[in-house]
Amino acid sequence: MTVSLSPPDLADAPRVRRRHTRPALSAGLLAAALALTAMSVLSLAVGSGDVALHDVVAGVFSPDRSVHGQMIIQEVRLPRTLAGLLAGSALGVAGALMQGVARNPLADPGLLGVNAGASVTVVFAISVLSLTEPAQYIWFGFLGACVAAVLVYGIGSLGREGATPVKLALAGAATTAVLGSLTSAMLLRDSRTFDQFRFWQVGALNGRDIDVLWQALPFIAVGGVLALLLGPSLNALALGDDIARGLGQRIVAVRLTSAVSVVLLCGAATAIAGPIGFLGLAVPHAARLITGPDYKWILPYSALLAPALLLFADVVGRLIARPGEVQVGVITAALGAIPFVLLVRRRNVVEL
Amino acid sequence: MSAGGTATAPPEPTGATGTTGTTGTTGTTGGPSPAASHDAVARLVRVRRRGQARGALVSGVLLAVVLAAFTLSLTTGDFVIPLADVLATLAGGGDAGTQFVILELRLPRALLALLVGGCFGLSGAVFQGLLRNPLASPDVIGVSAGASAAAVLASMVLGLSGLALSAVALSGALLTGAAVYLLAWRKGISGYRLVLVGIGIGTGLSSVVSYVMTRSDVTEAQNAFLWLTGSLNGRSWTHFWPLFSGAVVLLPLALLASRALPALQLGDEAAGGLGARVEHSRLAMLACATALAGLATAAAGPVGFVAFVSPPIARRLLPGRGAALVPSALVGAALVLLADYAAQHLVPGTQLPVGIVTSLVGAPYLLWLLARANRVGKGG
Repeated sequence: MTVSLSPPDLADAPRVRRRHTRPALSAGLLAAALALTAMSVLSLAVGSGDVALHDVVAGVFSPDRSVHGQMIIQEVRLPRTLAGLLAGSALGVAGALMQGVARNPLADPGLLGVNAGASVTVVFAISVLSLTEPAQYIWFGFLGACVAAVLVYGIGSLGREGATPVKLALAGAATTAVLGSLTSAMLLRDSRTFDQFRFWQVGALNGRDIDVLWQALPFIAVGGVLALLLGPSLNALALGDDIARGLGQRIVAVRLTSAVSVVLLCGAATAIAGPIGFLGLAVPHAARLITGPDYKWILPYSALLAPALLLFADVVGRLIARPGEVQVGVITAALGAIPFVLLVRRRNVVEL
Repeated sequence: MSAGGTATAPPEPTGATGTTGTTGTTGTTGGPSPAASHDAVARLVRVRRRGQARGALVSGVLLAVVLAAFTLSLTTGDFVIPLADVLATLAGGGDAGTQFVILELRLPRALLALLVGGCFGLSGAVFQGLLRNPLASPDVIGVSAGASAAAVLASMVLGLSGLALSAVALSGALLTGAAVYLLAWRKGISGYRLVLVGIGIGTGLSSVVSYVMTRSDVTEAQNAFLWLTGSLNGRSWTHFWPLFSGAVVLLPLALLASRALPALQLGDEAAGGLGARVEHSRLAMLACATALAGLATAAAGPVGFVAFVSPPIARRLLPGRGAALVPSALVGAALVLLADYAAQHLVPGTQLPVGIVTSLVGAPYLLWLLARANRVGKGG
């Protein structure tokens, strides 16, 4: 999101409002796509091993595995970049969708209990089932994310009014607390599991098996398409339940479809990269500042800006602690906090 | 439209028949009669008295619960000491073994639990009342994350422990609170912006914690993890006295500062109109609440959910009585005392950290609240 936010765009609020025309927004979307492409290239080209540029190109398009540089591209950087693209898009879209449905500016996978659900099942898989390879236990993360999301939604929709924003958020916080303490209870008794878990928990893109990406892809595709189709309904929902109903929206159906989409997206993203916080919270806010309140635009902007930010953060993480690296989850949180705070300060973030 | 019947419709004449009516006989209908207004005042006084009576009753019951929990944690444990012996020991008598168990093990721990719970409860009540958001507990707006990050860095990078570690944790909480406040300041503070900035800062700081955890030795990381869960295991007088001296200053200060809270809850403009110094009072309250949360975190780690869940429980017990500060503190104290007792004895042979129990107890309560409330749309 740092890429497409040139300061003059936001300098004065009245003029920004007039700029939310279809051509301007389309051009912006194109710019975001270009930024994402640039980040992907950067992610392929930069890293701890020095790889010549022609090896990068060849490594992507016609790999010769006997050449060391091309093998690095094929085995390490390409899966890593794809992981960033997939997980980033999924988290960005899921965050925008959650904020729209819950009408809660603070909604993100972390707050609504999804990360806690993923954590508890991953710990269970490592500790009780003794699975040691990420390729084995990540699908437990997916399962946990799904169960937690269903649980939070189910609890949040108990009572007469159904799933109101505040109830969803409170249910998410409560579920996070319960699952978090279960996770802690398991971890405190088992230092071997703790040792593995602390690395999974920060969220990272490295060491991802390309098979995992292929398995996650259908979930993200289905979830993403569902989300993009929901744009107009979210706009109606933003006016409040009563008006949305008056406009002919089937509120329960919209909420349920969104929940399914969020579960697929967050679950798959967690399976790919671990619990990456903040991206799903911050990017939709940034997108909303560019596009205005129209979810038909917020969703695609989030889908492009979130992976761009994630890949950028990953590249930064590779460079700042050479020869080691800092996991991308740390960087997104640390790097994202600064522009996020600036955005919140800059003007009144659209109240949902 | 029977416009002719003016004499039989007394409440209407001023507006409805304005053009034709030159009414001179309906003078008393313009306002309530003196007798009626007197009646209304009397009813208001009655309602208010009943509210105060209920407030006193609830506070009394809560105090009794706190005392009972306190007594429970002094008398029972690996072996039971009768209340009479406990009292004798507290008065200076008893044999050496009992003295050691009560005075060195159980008393400091119970007092710590009491104060930690009270601090968290009051802090949460002030935050939630002030920011008018049930999610605005110190956990959410980054104060706990600040304390945790400072403590983890201090113990793993600088190798501090004990009192120095607590001091660093407290400074971390205060610094984070100040940073969040300053960053959220833009010609005044809006609760909404403060929560968002707090979440941003908090997330950044938690990632620092996670990162430091991956960079250190497993045993060290696991010790830090125990502290991060919130634990009273192995706490002694050395942990109590700093907390006590802080709480003695801060608890009254926070209550004093919160006198403007009812006015502020009406919204900034109304509060200003009522003569409240809005920003001044808000800063004072935020400072006190942050310091309380930091103090409690320094003593026991970020014990989850106490600050979050105590105020809604207290408000539930005292509907329509505003932020219910003292009852919130009492609920917090009772919660931590009972949770720590359960943490010690629930699973035989293991000492769970108290934070696990508070979350396991507090969260279902919140869920129950959600499930049975008809209108939780506001306030929780």
